Amino acid sequence: MNRKLIQSARALGPVVGILLVYCIFAILGGESFRSMYNGKTILQQSVVIGIAALGMTLVIISRGIDLSVGSMLALGSCIVALVLRRWGADGVSVQLPLLAALAGMAACSLCGLANGVLTSLMAIVPFIVTLGTMQIFRGVAKELADQTAINAPGNWLQNLMKIERAVQTADGTWQGVWYSIAPGVVIMLVLTAVMWVVLRHTVFGRYVYGVGSNEHTARLCGINVRIHRLWVYALCGLFTGIASVMQFAALNLGDSTGGVAFELDVIAAVVIGGGSFEGGEGSIVGSVIGAIMIAMLRNGCNLAGVENSVQNILIGALIVSVAGIDRLRQARSA
Amino acid sequence: MSDSLLELRRVCKRFGATRALHNVDLVVQPGEVHALIGENGAGKSTLMKILSGAHQADSGTMQLHGSVVRIKGPSAARDLGIAMIYQELNLAPHLTVEENITLGMEEHRLGFVRGQADRIRQALNLLHKEDLPLTTPVCDLSISLQQVVEIARALVYEAKIIIMDEPTSSLTAADTRDLFEVIKRLRDNGIAVIYISHFLEEVIAVADRFTVLRDGETVGTGAIDETEIQALIAMMVGRTLEDMFPRGKHQPGKVLLDVSAVSGDPLPHKVSFQLRRGEILGVAGLVGAGRSETVRRIFGLDRAREGRINMDGHTRPLAGMTPQRALRLRIDYLSEDRKTEGLAARMSVGFNTTFSSVRRYAGPGGLIDSAREAQSVNHWLKEMRIRSTGPGQAVRDLSGGNQQKVALARMLEQGADVVLLDEPTRGVDVGSKVEIYRLINRLAEQGKGVVFVSSYLPELLGVCDTIAVMHRGELSEVRPTGEWNEHRIMEVATAGQ
Repeated sequence: MNRKLIQSARALGPVVGILLVYCIFAILGGESFRSMYNGKTILQQSVVIGIAALGMTLVIISRGIDLSVGSMLALGSCIVALVLRRWGADGVSVQLPLLAALAGMAACSLCGLANGVLTSLMAIVPFIVTLGTMQIFRGVAKELADQTAINAPGNWLQNLMKIERAVQTADGTWQGVWYSIAPGVVIMLVLTAVMWVVLRHTVFGRYVYGVGSNEHTARLCGINVRIHRLWVYALCGLFTGIASVMQFAALNLGDSTGGVAFELDVIAAVVIGGGSFEGGEGSIVGSVIGAIMIAMLRNGCNLAGVENSVQNILIGALIVSVAGIDRLRQARSA
Repeated sequence: MSDSLLELRRVCKRFGATRALHNVDLVVQPGEVHALIGENGAGKSTLMKILSGAHQADSGTMQLHGSVVRIKGPSAARDLGIAMIYQELNLAPHLTVEENITLGMEEHRLGFVRGQADRIRQALNLLHKEDLPLTTPVCDLSISLQQVVEIARALVYEAKIIIMDEPTSSLTAADTRDLFEVIKRLRDNGIAVIYISHFLEEVIAVADRFTVLRDGETVGTGAIDETEIQALIAMMVGRTLEDMFPRGKHQPGKVLLDVSAVSGDPLPHKVSFQLRRGEILGVAGLVGAGRSETVRRIFGLDRAREGRINMDGHTRPLAGMTPQRALRLRIDYLSEDRKTEGLAARMSVGFNTTFSSVRRYAGPGGLIDSAREAQSVNHWLKEMRIRSTGPGQAVRDLSGGNQQKVALARMLEQGADVVLLDEPTRGVDVGSKVEIYRLINRLAEQGKGVVFVSSYLPELLGVCDTIAVMHRGELSEVRPTGEWNEHRIMEVATAGQ
């Protein structure tokens, strides 16, 4: 019974955490933080980290790490922008943004696949591999973008990250209801639901936990550990690719120097959500809540006029305290 | 009142609702090897944790040299001269022998560490290990020498009582004999050793007196010389085991698996044997003779240099074998190392039970039918009598015997025809051992072929239909168990034919 309580406390941890953060800023941040519109803004600001965290969750549960997602994010957004600029100079067709987005996602998936090949087939430690590919992907992005940012012609991808205040017009209809929540947020939530099912209720998800918890046992149980890991890194690339489309959409810009230290935010979101570097532990829903918590913390600090330096300290303290609480929990249940 | 070195009386300890220890008595004399025996979960480790200061007793008294003491923490235990040597050695692998021995008690002047080579030499002399080089990093030493380093550390801080928890679990037979010599030297120098082990043979070989715990209570104590091994077993399990080795009604039938010329680097060399349906084939041999290496290569866990297997009339080379393929051929393997390989210890009982078979419960898109899976898991929990709080409990929280039952449940769930069991009863309490023997018999009755690798000869002679012995990577002829005895097996194991 007691054990069950502890287990459910674990699952509820991130939820309780985010409520706590919300309450603190609701008091400190005042009306501007509490407004409906700001709530939507926070969700919109969590989209890029949140979607990338879905992939990172898989990687961390399977006892790996991917430091290259920040560079991948920059590369992906540059490719989206490049495709739009190259073929959309004389007006953007309806399909072109979709093709651009797919190109960005494909590029990131290939990056992920490369990480996977190096770590699982050539058996190099993932920390080292992705430390290296972090530089390589960044370099490729800069090369493509001539060291700067690429502006793209206007297109509908921008709408993905748009929020509008819903306004009732004189004739009684609502304007801007469609974007009242950014479509990117909806995409994030749908992907979260899909990945939750994949991780909890499919053979693939079972093997992700199995490989991370003990790869020797996984091998013994007839699982092709290497191929499995390969897919996990490729998927991490794919999700980072989707995140890079969102990143592009937010600014309508492919920035080859953007996304520096983004990987640390993503890893932080996963850890806040219950992921463990020892593998075998982590939760999709937790990770997304972690991403929202980070966005909320940044947003709340900005509105409360807290300096950037203090924000760093707060996020750092949050990560350490989450790890500390987890440690205590494990000591108690052991 | 008495001249005992350590005297525990009516010690009780509860963890929440569970009664770990109830009125436990333990009396240890100076200069004796005192065996503490009992099944897993009997309370041995709780008692030792109280002695070493990791836990506090709820009630009861503890006397050391006749005066009442309370041990408030590990450093207090050390100051009182109680040293604990755990199963998993507690050394800093990259530090040298000397640094490890003096770790935490370096004598220094102005922050510079001063050598204590004299004291260390003295300790090593006492152990007859004078030639152990002090400047070697301990990770370059064998496990048994690392153990010596731990013991030397205990001696340097003048321990009067050394507690050893399953010290031979990762030692070879030769190292075990060596350790026993060390223990006897400790005893002759007036140091008391509390020796915890599952292996009654070891207890009889090394201990002077014993105390048996069962369900958290002391059920017997006495001198080893005056006690029969059967009596010890009876005390441990609480009933007389009329038949340690149940024999089922199974008859070896047609050839199921034909293994020919399996070789690997460096072991084994051209191992060939046939396994028939309903046959329990025992593989004996010393540690390092190549027994695990052989079965692991048949299962594809380690790469075979050459060799073939024939099953269902198809001959396949072993070179490209993987566990995935082996399982598809209906060959399964139980690892000798359940902690690091056999089980995903941090995952749940349910997870581990269906780890290899989970695909069977999956529909389109790999979606798992949880209800059907849970049904199977519950079936095995009941069938195998796995003592747990339920399918959700983490495997690492189970006792050794129950962990092994989970590993076996996974194997039964998988349902292979050929099962390769590598030391299936290692580190398992006597009660669970008997259950595992029953299970092996049942597998044979179902017409499966069982390869049973073990270092414990009585169980091989008691359970197997046929036995073969490995010596330096070569397997002897397979012969009916009736043609073997312990003496003959040891002859072949140590000297070849």
